[in-house]
Amino acid sequence: MSILVGESTRLIVQGITGREGLFHAMGCRDYGTEVVGGVTPGKGGSTVEGFPVWDSVERARRVSGCNATLIFVPPPFAADAIMEAADAGVELIVCITEGIPVQDMVRVKAFLRGRDSRLLGPNCPGLITPGQAKVGIMPGHIHEPGNVGVISRSGTLTYEAVWQLTNEGLGQTTCVGIGGDPVNGTSFIDVLELFAGDDSTEAVVLIGEIGGTAEEEAAAWIGEHLDIPVVGFIAGATAPPGRRMGHAGAIVAGGKGTAAEKKAALSAAGVLVVDSPAEMGARLSEALGR
Amino acid sequence: MKIHEFQAKGILRRFGARVPQGKVIDDPAQAGPICEDFGGRCVVKAQIHAGGRGQGGGVKVASSPSEAERLAGEILGMQLVTHQTGPEGQQVRTVLIEEALEIDRELYLGVTLDRAAERPLLMASRAGGMDIEEVAQSDPDAILRELIDPLLGVLPFQCRRIASGLGFEGGTARQIQSIVSSVVAAYLETDASLVEINPLMVDSKGDVYALDAKMNFDDNAMFRQRDVAELRDVHEENPLEVEASEHGISYIKLDGSIGCMVNGAGLAMATMDIIKLYGAEPANFLDVGGSASQEAVASAFRIILSDPAVKAVLINIFGGIARTDRIARGVVAAIDELAAEGTPVEVPVVVRLEGTNVEEGRDVLERADFDFLVADGMATAAERAVEALGG
Repeated sequence: MSILVGESTRLIVQGITGREGLFHAMGCRDYGTEVVGGVTPGKGGSTVEGFPVWDSVERARRVSGCNATLIFVPPPFAADAIMEAADAGVELIVCITEGIPVQDMVRVKAFLRGRDSRLLGPNCPGLITPGQAKVGIMPGHIHEPGNVGVISRSGTLTYEAVWQLTNEGLGQTTCVGIGGDPVNGTSFIDVLELFAGDDSTEAVVLIGEIGGTAEEEAAAWIGEHLDIPVVGFIAGATAPPGRRMGHAGAIVAGGKGTAAEKKAALSAAGVLVVDSPAEMGARLSEALGR
Repeated sequence: MKIHEFQAKGILRRFGARVPQGKVIDDPAQAGPICEDFGGRCVVKAQIHAGGRGQGGGVKVASSPSEAERLAGEILGMQLVTHQTGPEGQQVRTVLIEEALEIDRELYLGVTLDRAAERPLLMASRAGGMDIEEVAQSDPDAILRELIDPLLGVLPFQCRRIASGLGFEGGTARQIQSIVSSVVAAYLETDASLVEINPLMVDSKGDVYALDAKMNFDDNAMFRQRDVAELRDVHEENPLEVEASEHGISYIKLDGSIGCMVNGAGLAMATMDIIKLYGAEPANFLDVGGSASQEAVASAFRIILSDPAVKAVLINIFGGIARTDRIARGVVAAIDELAAEGTPVEVPVVVRLEGTNVEEGRDVLERADFDFLVADGMATAAERAVEALGG
């Protein structure tokens, strides 16, 4: 079992004729994901590395029956690419693009209301169900199939967490990067709800960072609804206020969004919060009595 | 991106907001004639990006042209220290000379992103001149809030609700409605992340002015906001941060002694945090980016070392797309170049590599003409970096 992606995933890549798009389309295929083709407006009818290319997502969906899309379109055009995929009814839209203007994302969110598509990201590494499907840019080989769900706002810090889990002998059900932007498609709570409904997920690692209140909202939800062990880490305890720490969403503004507040909220909800990012795996191992 | 008050007022005026008459100067002698034009009284306002300029002595009222010149002379060139500048302050390079107005009431008006609601949020309050965060703490009900529909903009009834909520009617209420609409339009159309008019002023005749103005912008939207992008003043930024941004590196200077080079923003923050846990302070935040090229890594390494406070360097790389061997080569290249330039690296360099091509990466470090302290795992890396400080 797993969430969001697995053996039934049929993936297209938007921006497949770009350098990154093609590189990762091949990476996902090599991992075993069924990548059925891609979209680049104006290049429909061609083939790259064995992938058929279509001009529009609508056409791609009609021909290939894709149910997921991975977006590598540059920032000025990424919002349009997301909305095109939603209009075509693609169930899962994963946007890797970093640097989309916030107001574009505000409009995208308004556009998505009332539609059935789920957006993950933007500015995220994507997601992976180890051994089944990789829909993203993460190094597949560090993952192992298992029973821990991972959710994170970060990319490489997620790899760090996964690596620790794998070294502890703790495999993963699905690892989900929700992205580092202030306005994104899928929240911590959305993913926690999915993990709660997944019988094979027996524990969760949640990695947050400074900025916004998503971790506090997640904490409240965990306190009320989740009874499996959750290990939490919040990056940015040492970040100076008022500065954006690389991610557009990672900023302590007006004294709000600090690591201390988030850790306190998570602890109060029963989450096992670690102060050291080197202890995520070990702490979970201990909690599971291994 | 931040801009100066006078630039923000220029933008707001373009969107129909009323701002005081004013001129920007960099020579005190220009202050006299301008003050004369304003009827012999004026306000001299230091133009730096940080807030709290008034308390720091950067805003003064002059009651004669000669006093205006004297005050402009005092403020221009001074290191203005405010609660936002840090103890070293910020040099004042320009001042704004504005007409002095009779203040009857001071209000607050601002627009920013409400992250939880995922929409712009308009805020207004009767407590002008105060930090909105303080008002939000002490008296949250005193803040009027209107969420803005991103597809429709601010609606006329919302403008009326703000004006009446602030306690105005008649002509002044209509002026408030108008400036609310201008401020929201400016926010939406310039890809601002913050517009703040604090105070929004009503004079004794009931006329409404944006007495102070602050605008911040979404860096990611500057590709379509060329006019705004040109307002950037690099004098207001840390020179190392400016250099880093030219190489596509995200770098923030901090006060500690362990320089950090990391790939990915989350891991970079986590690396800073673990340095602190082991008893030292990070000298910087640095994210070399997901697809860090050898050149970017070499520049990043030079930038870290050009901070004289750096006494040890911690390189923490988890290779995903970024191949660890490429990063190792970038570091070795930078060390070789610095040695060839006669400025060899003399601080200890701790390296932790994991992920894609890690064997090759470690091999590159081993064969280099430099003794790296290689560490397994983040904890060991942090521990060794902190130890290296002591030695």
